[in-house]
Amino acid sequence: MLLIHPKDIACRQAVELVTDYLEGTLSRRDRRRFEFHLRGCPNCSAYLEQIRTTIRATGAIETEDLTPEARQDLIDLYRRWKSE
Amino acid sequence: MELLGRLRDGDEEAFVTLVGRYHQPMLRLARSMVSSEAVAEEAVQDTWLAVVRGIERFEGRSSFKTWLFHILVNRVRSAATREQRNAPAERSHAVDPARFDAQGQWADPLERWVESESGFEAALWAPILKAALESLPARQRAVVVLRDIEGLSSDECCSVLGISAGNQRILLHRGRSRLREMLDVELRRG
Repeated sequence: MLLIHPKDIACRQAVELVTDYLEGTLSRRDRRRFEFHLRGCPNCSAYLEQIRTTIRATGAIETEDLTPEARQDLIDLYRRWKSE
Repeated sequence: MELLGRLRDGDEEAFVTLVGRYHQPMLRLARSMVSSEAVAEEAVQDTWLAVVRGIERFEGRSSFKTWLFHILVNRVRSAATREQRNAPAERSHAVDPARFDAQGQWADPLERWVESESGFEAALWAPILKAALESLPARQRAVVVLRDIEGLSSDECCSVLGISAGNQRILLHRGRSRLREMLDVELRRG
């Protein structure tokens, strides 16, 4: 049984582990330390939640629609290629 | 796959469908790598030509999207050797070190973001995130765009950009951290 103290990792270090944690690439030991830290640290828990929200919000940025002109340009490009 | 079969057979409608699906995401990725709109558009057009010419050689070992983005990234890179985008300095901290005390604990509590039921205000946040993406160093931006906007897996992203998994994680980490920070600054400003 490993004795882990919450102070084992400081918040400054915990925030650097967030991406590896979300990617599932932390070692089992580091993941345990990280999760243990989170349980005792509302700020780092809030930080992780903000990163998750950031990822969702980034994924929700909408792509501008293709303009009819750009679409026609590409169709012309395709036709020129086919007639080559 | 059926669509690609039709493209192989020279079906224009299949081409138009693919254009509708992928042209804007490709343009966004190209723009994220070069500052010149003309260079970005040309690279995307070149990619479409390369696709119709090379579709016979697409073996389906990767997803079509990964194959497409990979061709695009190569085009953009060869165009960009002449036109280097000014790279903002890379920062190695996820969080401004001034936010921590001498023991490395948060000096001030992290303020919660005011969120709507869906978790965030898409209309309000999108302009902030777009500006934040724009301010990222190009390599970070490319990784964030591919992973968090285009939804590529880590392996696919590495294969499109030709980078190692470790490098990809560092770029993703720095990029996401920076986006969070800029959202935090803007949301607290109100």
